[in-house]
Amino acid sequence: MEQITFSQLKKNLKKDTTGFKEIKLAVLGNCATQLLSHALRGYAYELKIALNVFDADYDQLEPQTLDPNSELFTFEPNYILIQLCSEKFQLEFCDLSPEEQESFADRVMARIQEYWRRVEARTKAPILQFDFIEIDDGVFGNFGLKTQKSFLYQIRKLNMLFSEAASKDKQVFPIALNSLSAQVGRDTFFDPQLFYIAKMPIQVDFLPQIAKRVFDTVEALVGHFRKCAVLDLDNTLWGGVVGDDGMEGIRIGELKDGKIYSDLQRYFKALRNRGILLAVCSKNEYDAAIRPFREHPEMVLREDDFVMFVANWEDKASNIRRIRETLNIGMDSIVFIDDNPFERNAVRSQIADLTVPELPPEPEKYLDFLRKSNLFETVSVSGEDAKRTQQYREEAQRTESAATFASYDEYLQSLEMVAEAKPFDSFHFARIAQLTQRSNQFNLRTIRYTESDIKSISEDDHFITLYFTLKDKFGDHGLISVVVLEKRDNGTLFINEFLMSCRVLKRGMEEFIINKIVNTAKENGFTLVEGEYIKTQKNAMVANLYTQHGFTDRGNGIFHADPNTYIFTPNFIQEN
Amino acid sequence: MMDRTEVFKRLNEIFQDIFDDEELVVTDETCADDVEDWDSLRHITLISAVERAFGFKFAMKEVLEMENVGAMVDIIAERATK
Repeated sequence: MEQITFSQLKKNLKKDTTGFKEIKLAVLGNCATQLLSHALRGYAYELKIALNVFDADYDQLEPQTLDPNSELFTFEPNYILIQLCSEKFQLEFCDLSPEEQESFADRVMARIQEYWRRVEARTKAPILQFDFIEIDDGVFGNFGLKTQKSFLYQIRKLNMLFSEAASKDKQVFPIALNSLSAQVGRDTFFDPQLFYIAKMPIQVDFLPQIAKRVFDTVEALVGHFRKCAVLDLDNTLWGGVVGDDGMEGIRIGELKDGKIYSDLQRYFKALRNRGILLAVCSKNEYDAAIRPFREHPEMVLREDDFVMFVANWEDKASNIRRIRETLNIGMDSIVFIDDNPFERNAVRSQIADLTVPELPPEPEKYLDFLRKSNLFETVSVSGEDAKRTQQYREEAQRTESAATFASYDEYLQSLEMVAEAKPFDSFHFARIAQLTQRSNQFNLRTIRYTESDIKSISEDDHFITLYFTLKDKFGDHGLISVVVLEKRDNGTLFINEFLMSCRVLKRGMEEFIINKIVNTAKENGFTLVEGEYIKTQKNAMVANLYTQHGFTDRGNGIFHADPNTYIFTPNFIQEN
Repeated sequence: MMDRTEVFKRLNEIFQDIFDDEELVVTDETCADDVEDWDSLRHITLISAVERAFGFKFAMKEVLEMENVGAMVDIIAERATK
């Protein structure tokens, strides 16, 4: 993850993008956005994306969003990026009366929401928008922080209003620009020469980082994001080597530089609470390695914070592969954190898709480095996220328990599974959208929906929606499957979306769901159920799902079943 | 004071890179009108590449008032640190 420069990105612009996925991005701003667009296109190339950019002329937000036949809307973008620079707001602010200045943030936010409203009326393209750089105009000095009359007060308020409004608007995804500016400091981030000559509020050197932040969100929206951090122990989660120094000798908490590691553990704990899975991969004796997590009073992370704890003397690449297989997630959704450059290189050379951040040499810099690397971008949070570690841990228990039964059926019976099938409801929109974005393997068509898509589908009579939950005697899996059925003419019910979390594979859940789909068709008087399989790099496991469940292969990835003659597949799941 | 011929040699490479034209040759008299795509944004990209390569900063007045490549070379020759 070496820092890429703007001139490297510029060189990508001429390169051949044949075979890359095409994405259309519209860029709108109140400042010069051409170089930003170049950076975005160059960065897209690194991700094997052919980025087609419509870069609206300077200050065109108003006409472009107002006219339904504007270039913006006829371009039919997949994403819209808005950059509004604070420098321009400041000029505007200066020209207002004192009364108007006091309500500046509210007025600007109302205007921005008006843009959003116009865009949302015409397109479902997610709106990505930078937050605002908090410029201190210096007019009121420190006192500016406590008077509504100051620009500083208003621009800070605007950021808060922006986050508040975005939190309620499912089509808007903010991009953190102010924190990036603060990280490096305004003196480097802003070049007055560049601003006055070219109307560019950002130093060219930072455009690659900004492009990365934009694509972190774009990638998350198409389902590419990281779900798991695999962590080394010695000199990564604590100072010292537990095998040599003993549990009492490792540096954590008050001991010497132990605070560095406590704070790092707090960061990982916060990620875990957000739903990121943590696993340990350490070259150690298991007993010595796990002891601090059980007994050391100053450890922040505890044994049950990890979904897997692998400590042995095998090579790390093999252990990481084992972790990936057990958790059943993609290698590209795993980050491996290790202080040792040798281990990092060894693992990197053996596993191509794995993310291995090149930590700085000094441990005291690890935390800041990880924070700004933005390794765990997301586009949704739901109440279920916090339970994820628990669910994966329960899964490990199930795997152990399965070994004691004579037959697999006997094991399935013993699980006492109960499933629930319900139409989409507003409590679950976020989780449903998240599943459409996250699921890659058991996903028949891999259609990604945002929360606002899910809401409109649930309100549309052309669709029948179903979500499924599953629980068993070991615990609750929560909402694990999403089905969208599309009513077509001539009595056909088309399976528009069908995905399931891989956590519940091979329990009979897929049978239960397909039975439910066919039965729904039957109850609603449809004479044909049509399923489609759209191949991706990751969903080979369901290539034959429909034929395995009695559907007829009609070619071109289309499968048919007649609800009136369909033979339902037995399973051990009770419907609640 | 850096030798003007030396400055020209290095500067020409920067021009070729920025304007993406390996045939491009600049002289004392070359100005923005002579080179395709030499607009204000390209100018600023060029300036920052020159600043980086020669290790100094132009004043804004200079950036705006340089009339041709010769004027730029004079400034570089006088102030270059690398």
